[in-house]
Amino acid sequence: MMAAQSAPAIVVDKLGKRFGTFSALDAVSFDVRRGEIMGFLGPNGAGKSTLIRVLCGLLRPSSGRAVVSGIDITQDPEAVRKRIGYMSQKFSLYSDLSVVENLRFFGGIYGVCPGAINERIRFAVDMAGLQGRETSLVSTLAGGWKQRLALGCAILHKPDVLFLDEPTSGVDPSSRRRFWTLIHELSAGGVSVLVSTHYMDEAEYCMRIAMMAAGRLVALGTPRELRQQSIGGELLELECANIGAAMDLVAKIPGVHDVAVFGDALHLLVDDGAETARAACALLAEHGLPGASARQIAPSMEDMFVHLVRTARAQGAAAGT
Amino acid sequence: MNAAPDSAVDVRAVSKRFGALAAVDQMSFSVRQGEIFGLVGPDGAGKTTSMRMLASVMRPDTGGILIDGVDVLADPELAKQHVSYMPQRFGLYEDLTVDENIRFYADLFEVPDKVWRERALRLLAASGMTPFGKRLAGQLSGGMKQKLGLTCALVHAPRVLLLDEPTTGVDPVSRREFWQILYALRAEGVSMVISTAYLDEAERCDRLALLHQGRIMYCDTPRKLKQGMPGAIILVTSAQPRPLLEVVQGIDGVEGVLLVGDGIHIHVDDAECRLPQLAQAIAASGQTAGGIRQIEPTVEDLFVALLERRQQTP
Repeated sequence: MMAAQSAPAIVVDKLGKRFGTFSALDAVSFDVRRGEIMGFLGPNGAGKSTLIRVLCGLLRPSSGRAVVSGIDITQDPEAVRKRIGYMSQKFSLYSDLSVVENLRFFGGIYGVCPGAINERIRFAVDMAGLQGRETSLVSTLAGGWKQRLALGCAILHKPDVLFLDEPTSGVDPSSRRRFWTLIHELSAGGVSVLVSTHYMDEAEYCMRIAMMAAGRLVALGTPRELRQQSIGGELLELECANIGAAMDLVAKIPGVHDVAVFGDALHLLVDDGAETARAACALLAEHGLPGASARQIAPSMEDMFVHLVRTARAQGAAAGT
Repeated sequence: MNAAPDSAVDVRAVSKRFGALAAVDQMSFSVRQGEIFGLVGPDGAGKTTSMRMLASVMRPDTGGILIDGVDVLADPELAKQHVSYMPQRFGLYEDLTVDENIRFYADLFEVPDKVWRERALRLLAASGMTPFGKRLAGQLSGGMKQKLGLTCALVHAPRVLLLDEPTTGVDPVSRREFWQILYALRAEGVSMVISTAYLDEAERCDRLALLHQGRIMYCDTPRKLKQGMPGAIILVTSAQPRPLLEVVQGIDGVEGVLLVGDGIHIHVDDAECRLPQLAQAIAASGQTAGGIRQIEPTVEDLFVALLERRQQTP
């Protein structure tokens, strides 16, 4: 009950950042609870990196306010940096140093006091499952091990907030699941985690997801809430012969907003799934393509994301920005 | 070597070792004309090594490769005329414009002036790049660079296209656009081998091979792949999913549990008989759950299930 009443780990209030005339962040507001895992999705240039740099105290915002772990980032960026951990996609480990040597090095950088460093290294080794590999050179470790070591380095100084940048891309699926189990354990211990990713599979592990486009927050919610939002219509999967020809035909049916190829089928964004399913199959049969079948499918997180980005871009174009 | 008449790529028992490491181990597959074939797996699974051998920039230790009926090992130069290879870091000249980059590759492949100009216009239009012809390649976004790389790789109208992780680091919107271009090429009869570490991208291929440690674990259509998933995945949604882990672990038929953002995924041997048992156990525990239902397995679920099965039966 105490945890529920404690102050949020991060408060972002109408945060803005301009580079010249370009608005990289435009009045972004959200809170992150203690122990919450929050994912950030957005195309390149949407403002994710700028947001993370501002929250790490590396960039000064142009407007608005951000409080990380109780500290206003513009008042004391140095103090903020002591409370956060950062792990990038290309874990910056020293491959010609051993596991323990890397941990000791990063412990020094993060200012872990000499009296506590051995205990913290032991904790990181245990957490990352690197027991028995303490003296192995990093260059001899497989991808999943390196990734867990990089996580160990990022949490040596017991940060309140952890930033992860596409942390598990290219890692084998078993290692990825193991990594996310660790992240959820850290979260259960009260660490707040911000994940920036292009990877929908990674977003599923987050408790809430923030979608960004053109410097603005365009959606915020749990994975389930986001999947239940409208993508501007219903989604149909149409299986048929000669999808090239079929694509041109069904695109002209009234109530069809978008047609895209997906593997050996077409995905249609339509107003009324049942009605268009019947109309599409009949039209294709009329044009010598019988045997088509259509079924309504649940939109994926990616469908939702693409819809929001396109909507934001259309609004931006309409507003002349 | 005799290839099937309609196969654009034929890989027969190809292996490649680097010292003690078997980077590619007895790999065999074939790609039909106008088919998109995916090599799907994590870093280090052997994707790039396979691509390099297909592109005849690296020789396999053993085995054979035919591209459009041409034996790559016997006549690599002839094979190269049929194929285009887009490596992970495609060699774009950042201080040349989009148009100049295309022209450079056209000259390299000795494509006649009139032919490449017409083709470049069409390819740039198809990828929405027409307004950017005079922009320096160094000033393009990641997704646009990949599209320009693809345009350059297509300027000599290859019959076979080899794409090594073209969408890594590319955002989902650009990735989708990129795939629409690939589908348009497929409609023209171009055959493609594409590698990716994004397992969700596997579903966009006509057929795919799941790679692990240099070996093909599975090779079929995405649909058959999912039907071949041993057992089923059950999703329990909950705002407090963590306590549910203990509730379901150890129940008969539960083979694995995964904590996700707002729920848990339970891998069971049989959905029909386990779903009511799980619902009952959760209700009896007093934990709150928003809902419980069977969901379609992802390619990642399948990958993990295949690996576990392999480890159980050496």
